Amino acid sequence: MTRQGIEGVRPGGPEDAVCGVVPARAARPRDVDGLAGLLAEAARNGWSVAVRGGGTALDWGGRPASADLLVDTGGLVRIDHDAGDLVVEVGAGTPVAELSAVLAKAGQRLSVDPVRAGGTVGGLLATGLSGPRRLLTGALRDLVIGMTVVRPDGVMARSGGRVVKNVAGYDLAKLHVGGYGTLGVIASAAFRLHPLPPALRLLELPLPSLAHAERRLTVLRASHAVPAAVELDWPVEGRSRLRVVLEGTPEGVDSRAAGLLESLAPGLPAEEVRVADRLPDDWGLLPAEGTLIRLSVPPAEAAAAAARAAELGGAVDTDVRTTGSARAGTLVTAVPPGASVAAVTVLLEGLRSHSGWTATVVRAEEHLHAAGIDLWGEVPGLAVMRAVKDAMDPGHRMAPGRFVTGAPHTPREE
Amino acid sequence: MPDTADPIPAAVAALVPRLREICGEDGVLTDASRRRVYDSDGITHHREVPGVVVLPTTAEQVAAVVGLCAETGVPFVPRGAGTGLSGGALPHPEGVLLTTSRMRRIVEVDPDNECAVVEPGVTNLDVSRAAAPYGYYYAPDPSSQQVCSVGGNVAENSGGAHCLKYGFTVNHVRGLDVVTPDGALVRLGGKASEAPGHDLIGAFIGSEGTLGVATRITVGLTRLPERTVTLLAAFTSMDAGGRAVGDIIAAGVLPSAIEMMDALAIEAAEAAVACDYPAGAAAVLIVELDGPAAEVEAELAEVTRLCAAAGSFETRTAADADERARIWKGRKSAFAAVGRISPSYIVQDGVVPRTALSEVLRRITELSEESGIRVANVFHAGDGNLHPLVLFDDAEPGAGERAEEVSGAILDLCVEHGGSITGEHGVGVDKACKMPRMYSPDDLATFDLFRRALDPEGIANPYKLLPTPRLCGERPGVRTGVHPLVESGRAEQF
Repeated sequence: MTRQGIEGVRPGGPEDAVCGVVPARAARPRDVDGLAGLLAEAARNGWSVAVRGGGTALDWGGRPASADLLVDTGGLVRIDHDAGDLVVEVGAGTPVAELSAVLAKAGQRLSVDPVRAGGTVGGLLATGLSGPRRLLTGALRDLVIGMTVVRPDGVMARSGGRVVKNVAGYDLAKLHVGGYGTLGVIASAAFRLHPLPPALRLLELPLPSLAHAERRLTVLRASHAVPAAVELDWPVEGRSRLRVVLEGTPEGVDSRAAGLLESLAPGLPAEEVRVADRLPDDWGLLPAEGTLIRLSVPPAEAAAAAARAAELGGAVDTDVRTTGSARAGTLVTAVPPGASVAAVTVLLEGLRSHSGWTATVVRAEEHLHAAGIDLWGEVPGLAVMRAVKDAMDPGHRMAPGRFVTGAPHTPREE
Repeated sequence: MPDTADPIPAAVAALVPRLREICGEDGVLTDASRRRVYDSDGITHHREVPGVVVLPTTAEQVAAVVGLCAETGVPFVPRGAGTGLSGGALPHPEGVLLTTSRMRRIVEVDPDNECAVVEPGVTNLDVSRAAAPYGYYYAPDPSSQQVCSVGGNVAENSGGAHCLKYGFTVNHVRGLDVVTPDGALVRLGGKASEAPGHDLIGAFIGSEGTLGVATRITVGLTRLPERTVTLLAAFTSMDAGGRAVGDIIAAGVLPSAIEMMDALAIEAAEAAVACDYPAGAAAVLIVELDGPAAEVEAELAEVTRLCAAAGSFETRTAADADERARIWKGRKSAFAAVGRISPSYIVQDGVVPRTALSEVLRRITELSEESGIRVANVFHAGDGNLHPLVLFDDAEPGAGERAEEVSGAILDLCVEHGGSITGEHGVGVDKACKMPRMYSPDDLATFDLFRRALDPEGIANPYKLLPTPRLCGERPGVRTGVHPLVESGRAEQF
């Protein structure tokens, strides 16, 4: 098959740019077979490949070392919902919003808070970041029960299946969640679903200091309220706050919310506490511009990490803001657009100097890429990841430079 | 008289002095009678005497043993408590059996970070016991939790009755120290979840010892629920019980367990432990609800109403631990109890989508009637994980073979309905040849690519998990694509 023979391959343009790199060509396969054919052709030609879904994360990850072909998964739209089994199988290009709408009609949901608006299911998986509501049902990786991936050589391979309980074979989907398409292109995934809870309460209270935050998180740990989310919001300037989400029956959430408020904020004036019965529209969404640093810390150190990020930001006169799941110890520090290389470096080095904390740059602005900042820091198990990469993508054609195993500067192994 | 049976193969014998240097005199078993103790795991119809048994006490010793195997090309098989039910820890007769039973330290319980750090030989239940004083427990609880090891749970991705709500081992492990098949000690994750890079922890869990040996595990702990109630509902038909399960799930209630037993399983349990389940029940359902008290009360009312609507003729609610234990007694003793009503039995482990439960159970009844082989059904109804007990008398000529056929046909039914050949027991050596029923040659070749990335020489638990050789009769070796015999129509894949 010649290049012209591949259906729908067109020259790449500025609108296709991945971290500023314009791909030589782009194609949007209409189905999985088309995707497999396209990747087989890329393999024959030795093309490097980058992948896009809704295009909301094209500036995430490392800058590609090369991009001969941009694969747009937007044509792989399919929702196969088994409502009775609380399972759905979804094409990678399906918009998350469309999936949510279909599931909601059946009183169900994929229990994950997307961190970007307008993304696709494939993009959600390939970037792998879960929003605040993850304490009851797990993070995104815990909800995937099966996945079909097209390998770099164009071979379609499935792992897992469509039942919740299944231990047959390796759980390869885990490698692709958050893998930026470096081991293959996700074609579809099956998820376990949850019923939409009949009632929700959002409690919001201020955190005047780190000591307050730590005390309240300790109280939360000791409580039996079983929250769906415990979210920190920690700016450099202005008030930090704690947001707790309770989900359940109408009777249950009211009594849990009342009990929790009593133990969390005794003596706090009523006007300081906000209680709502729905989440705000921008719930869980990260800023669409600027640099994003993902922090993973032992949960008991989450408030300290958020406070430390604010302190570091303050020291370099940069208005950073840290949000995320305190109970899971997974946070994101948002750095406003235009922050200098020096400022971001101070932040990263300051955060990485704490034992047991990792800080990776999820999204860097172009001037940071150009300066070659270290996006990854220490990556435990990197040698094993490289071995897996070598086996699955021996030509290193898949998203070269986008992720840890193909970073232009070598990430450090612990 | 010296024991001359099961001699140590030469390649293994050559390693013994170095293994003794690594693990000490008492950490290496060479005596045939002591090696025979380890000749199977929980599935006893596969037996092999290991070439040598080593009992390391530290991660460094594990790394040194595996490194020695890598250097010499001698295979190794990791083993926890040996309770596995798929032959995942079946020894290699010309290899090293690496047992983690002496690595039993609970290194740390850290309530502030809601986690515990344990060595792989620690039993599952001991983690919960250690966490209890702090108000926590370890949620994954396979039926063998009193004796099975956390390392074994990691290898098998064990679930248990409560994984409907709380998930499997993979959902609760934050950190793993692993010795990879080249003998390297690799630290993945830790107290913080979501380490950067590929989710190797997720891919390692459930890999059945084919990617290496876990030497230290950081598990997340779960707050003990404020309230737990257990409800037993009796039905006059399996269909009615199945309907109740579907209605409970459809109503949006997520119980921590929904277990179901049929008449034959109830009969066996009554004979063994006199569990006093309602007389005349063709099916019983055990539903456990836990969580904040206010939620549990609301859910209990809903579940009771749904069971009645589906036709339950009696329900009992247990509010305290003793009453709960009484309800669970029949369910938990069911496997052992069938020994009272049948000389031999096979425990099968397949999964079907919940909505296919009634249809599959009906087909199992038909299979049973056609073959004259009795099948008792005990299963995790909430997640469609069946454990049919296929009963036979091994004194009767041909009965064992017919039971195997029925057992295999049940798995086929599971796959036909979009399910899985194993929900929690693993593939091991027992179901390796059944993998092609569920996965295409390309799927299997991709699994193999991943395996060989970590173990290019194939020394980590060979012949487990994947059909090796792919046609279970073919010579071993790495191949890709459709087998030529299959392509030419001269052979079928199992």
